[in-house]
Order: sequence, then C-alpha cells, then structure tokens
Amino acid sequence: MDWGTIINNTLAGLLTPTTIAFALAALGLAMHFGFAGLLNFGIAGFMAIGAYGYAISVLTFGFPWWLGMIVGILGSIGFAILLGVPTLRLRGDYLAIVTIAAAEIARLLFLTTAFTDVTGSADGLFGYNKAGGFTDANPFPPGSYGFGPWTYNSETLWVITFGLGVLAICVWLLWALMRSPWGRVIKGIREDEDAIRALGKNVFAYKLQALIIGGVFGGMGGIIYAAFANVSPGVYVTSITFFIWTSLLLGGAATIFGPVIGAVIFWTLQAFLSNILPELSSSGILPVDGTQAATLRFVLVGIGLMLLVIYRPQGIFGDKREMTFVK
Amino acid sequence: MSNNETPQKTTGLHIGKAEPGCKKNDPMLVIDHVKKTFGGLTAVDVEHLEIPKGAITALIGPNGAGKTTLFNLLTGFDSPDTGTWSFLGKSLSGIPSFKVAQMGQVRTFQLTKALSLLTVLDNMKLGAKDQAGESIWKALIPGFWKKQDKDIEVKALELLKRFKLEEKQADFAASLSGGQRKLLEMARALMTDPVLVMLDEPMAGVNPALTQSLLEHVLNLKKDGMTVLFVEHDMHMVRHIADWVVVMAEGKVVAEGPPDVVMKEQAVIDAYLGAHQDTDLGVVTGRIDTINEEKNK
Ligand SMILES: Nc1ncnc2c1ncn2[C@@H]1O[C@H](COP(=O)(O)OP(=O)(O)OP(=O)(O)O)[C@@H](O)[C@H]1O
Ligand SMILES: [Mg+2]
Repeated sequence: MDWGTIINNTLAGLLTPTTIAFALAALGLAMHFGFAGLLNFGIAGFMAIGAYGYAISVLTFGFPWWLGMIVGILGSIGFAILLGVPTLRLRGDYLAIVTIAAAEIARLLFLTTAFTDVTGSADGLFGYNKAGGFTDANPFPPGSYGFGPWTYNSETLWVITFGLGVLAICVWLLWALMRSPWGRVIKGIREDEDAIRALGKNVFAYKLQALIIGGVFGGMGGIIYAAFANVSPGVYVTSITFFIWTSLLLGGAATIFGPVIGAVIFWTLQAFLSNILPELSSSGILPVDGTQAATLRFVLVGIGLMLLVIYRPQGIFGDKREMTFVK
Repeated sequence: MSNNETPQKTTGLHIGKAEPGCKKNDPMLVIDHVKKTFGGLTAVDVEHLEIPKGAITALIGPNGAGKTTLFNLLTGFDSPDTGTWSFLGKSLSGIPSFKVAQMGQVRTFQLTKALSLLTVLDNMKLGAKDQAGESIWKALIPGFWKKQDKDIEVKALELLKRFKLEEKQADFAASLSGGQRKLLEMARALMTDPVLVMLDEPMAGVNPALTQSLLEHVLNLKKDGMTVLFVEHDMHMVRHIADWVVVMAEGKVVAEGPPDVVMKEQAVIDAYLGAHQDTDLGVVTGRIDTINEEKNK
C-alpha cells in the first residue's frame, strides 16, 4: 500500500474549496437545527439554489460574478420564505417533510430537459466563473502556492481565500447573533415556542429570520462550491444533505465552530476512506472489488451518523446538556 | 397554615346580586358568548363573564370543566367557534397570542414550560419586553443593547431573589425541581410587567412548604397593583387568597361570588363534590386540613 499518497490526499482534504463549501452549509444547519430547532432536511436545495442562481444569472443574463452571487443569495432567501411561510406555523416535523421534498423538487427542476437552455439539464453549467469575471478577479498571479499536501495553483488559492473570507463573515455573523438577545429568543423557541409566545415575542417572525439566515449560509456554500467546480444537478442530492447533517452533529449542533470543524473532519475522513478502501481491496485485505470499496465509505458514514446520534448527540464541542435528542 | 393571618380581601367588586355573569364595578376582562367545541364536545360555553380589576379571582371547577381551554382562548393560544372578549376595553378576538402578551396579559401553563436548556437567568431575561437587542439588526451591534441587557439582568436577579432562585441563576432550567420550575415560570411572567397575570394551577405539584411562599407571591402581585386570575384545585388556597371565585362546570359558569359564600352554594356543591355533599369543600381538597381531619378521627 502506498501510505505516502494516502496520507497526502487525506491531509489535502483539510483545506479545499469543497470543505469550505460544506462548512458553510453545516453552519446554516447549525442556525436552523442547533439554535432554532428547525428540522431542515433540504439544505442541499439551498446550496443548489445558491449555485444555480449564481451560474444562471451570469450565463443567461450576463451579470458580473458578484451580482450573480448576490442573486444566488437572494434565491436562497426566496427559497427560505417559500418553505417557511406555509410550514413554520405547523408542528416542527412538517418543516422536515416539506424541506426534503422541496429540495428534491428544486433539483429535479434543474435536471429536467424542459429548461435545458437555462439550466443545462443533466450536463449542468460551466464557464460562468470565466464569463462573469470571477476568474479574472483573482489577485494571485499564476503559479504554485503552499507546501506539501496543501499545494494549490493560483485559481484554487483564489477560491479558497474567497471561501475562507465568506466563511469568516458567516461565523462572525452567527456568533454575533447568538450572543445577543435575539439569539436568546431563538434558543427559547427551540425549547418551547409557546412559552416564548406567552412572553410576547412574534415566534413566527423569529423562526422565519432564522430560516433565512441559515438558508443564506447554505446558499453561500453552494456558491463557493460552484466557484470551484461546475454546477451539476448530481451534486445536490439528498445524500449531500445527510453528509452535512453528519458534519454538523459531529462538531456539535448548538455551537459556532462545531459545524466548521465537523465539516473539516468529515471531508478529511472521506478523503482518507476513498483512498484507503480501494487500496485495501486491491491488496486483498477487503474481500470486495474496487467500486464496492468506494461505496463502502457511504455505508460507514451512515453507521457513523447513527453511532453519533446515539452515543454523542452533542458532538465533539457541544455541551452534553444543551443538545440531546432525548428530552 | 390555617392559623396564618387572613390576607386583606378586596370586596365590593360586583354590582347587584352575585350570580353567574354578574356585572363588576371595574372589569378588566369582559367575555361574551365565547364557545369552543372539540368535535361533539363543548369544552367552553360562557354567556357572559367579567373579571374584576385589581383583585385576585379564582377559576375553579372539576377536571375537564374547560378552565384551561378558556385560558387558551383568552390568551389567543386557541380560537373560539363564536364569541368576543375584551381586555381593558380593547377587543381581543383574533389577536395572536404574542400581541395579547405584549398588551400586558400574561399567562403560565398548567404543564410548566421552563425553557430547559437555557439558564435560569436567560429564562428570566427572555421575559423582558421591548428589548432592542431582540431585533435582528440591532442584535449585531452590542452598543444598542448592552446597557439595557444589564438593567434587565438587575431586575431579573431581584425577582429571582424574591422567588428564592438566585443561587440557581447559572444552572440550566432543566436542573430545577418541578416546584422550582413553577416558581421560575411565574417569575419569568412577571418580567413582562403584566397588568393581568393568569396562572394555570400554580400550586400543582408544589410541596406544602413552598405553597406558603407561592401564596405570598400571588398576594404580592395584587399589592403591586396587578390583577390575578388563577385556576386552582387546592380549595385551601382559593379560600385563603381569592377575592372572587368563578365556578365552571362542563364549560359553563355555574356560580360566582366571594369565596366563603360561593363554596356553600348548591350549584357548586353539585358540580364539584357529587358524593361528598355533606363535607366542607375545603376539607375535601385542601390538603393540610384533610390531614388534620384524619388525625383527629
Ligand atoms: N385539544 C383538545 N382536543 C379535544 N378535546 C379537548 C382539547 N383540549 C381540551 N379538550 C377537552 O375539553 C374539555 C375541557 O378541557 P380543559 O383542559 O379546559 O379542562 P380543565 O378545566 O382545565 O381541567 P383540569 O382541571 O383537569 O385541568 C375536556 O373534556 C377535554 O377533554
Ligand atoms: Mg386545566
């Protein structure tokens, strides 16, 4: 086995545009679930709307990259309102059902051939980073940067820098909000919304605000992902939602840095497994073929998620008392 | 407890004969034709009811009489099939619960709602009204709310002291006992500076030692100028602190009047006691007296 490559690829997973994108999405879920108690199973939908909003407005409407990204954000705000207004008055479980369905509907709308001109259908969209000027906005001259596993070309470095900037802003925003009286109301709603109503707070408005903020974080995650890879409907599937949930629960749902670090650990672990499992199978240690070995990591993710929820619901950084599933 | 000083009762609340639906000199809540059905069951059917201002009114009645349902209707947590009601002259029909609370009509719940995974102090601070930092924009800049938050904290600590919970301020509310949660819920409600406090069974599950201090808290509310409406099964408490008693049975108001008078009324005895017709009402449900009674036998 080539341990050198395995370790190198694993360490590289620590800091990639993908890791940053999913950290943003997990941060959005922390707002939704960890702090406001909103069960959103459609975070992939928010990412898709952000990514497509950006790509379509550049490719179809000729917007510059920054305006395209703003459109992506507005799209995720719209999606949050669309989901929230009819469901937030209902019991929490309805939001879970509606979000999972809505995310699938969004994905299928992007996939259908009816709008191929705009969405690219199954091929997705590409070339928008160049067309919109995001690539040209790169302040780093061409070349190779970094060292060891973290060696990037100037384009990747630009996406990573931009992504880290966005992530830093979002982390600050969540932190600033959650230490404020606004955050106190949000946590109170998670505990018992009727009690909060009885104290004269407009619970519906607060829940909608939380849904929008988390949704924007998710949308930004989609945008950062799109700034690096192509926009493809195959990415925003329900299993992505569950990966993000796993990252969130790994780090700690009701924490600020938990989701970020959870995402880093999750994607590093993914990089490790996707490298080591095929190696194990080709060297005959695992009695499965290469393709099966690659799928095996998703099985392991599922098992990991279950163990996490059962034995450490508060995640790595959470306070055991603050986030448990058994109340 | 029975040898405690009887608190000063407020009298002269009603106009004319004390009968169901009688007029009050200074009503705070006026309820008209409020009806609520669940399927075929009529949970509440109140023709006319006025709750006097500045007094402690007890709402009593057997299990399932519709007391909690009436509370839910009056506070906007549920909507009636028909009927209107007003609070300090303002109609409340169709007003959502949070607005009702903002107007100064605050309630507690029969099943206590402590915000378990918030600290006791945060529970209290949530009660305060008009907090600048609760707006999402101002929340981002502590300059807008830091000072107000400090003031709120001072007020919260004062109340916690009064309710003997100040040592628990940093603990999660989940760690409180059932009785302490009742106290916390009441204290939190007071953080809103209410004019009308509606307590749904404040004594349920509270041990006798704590009952005494709770009674005093309720009496203090009146002293501080608030109006109290409470649901209670403990007749000892009702008799001890209520200025006025409203009796409900099967959704209707069957009697009202000052406590010692109303508890002797035939309608009340029929509705409430059934088989225990010849025993004194306080003995049947007032815990302490019952124990003494049994000892004496
Ligand atoms: N959500 C509901 N759905 C159906 N029936 C209900 C509902 N809420 C209350 N009821 C019924 O309405 C009636 C009145 O209930 P309510 O809770 O108001 O009684 P209560 O006077 O508060 O009784 P208790 O003293 O036991 O608390 C009961 O018969 C109850 O079964
Ligand atoms: Mg009740």
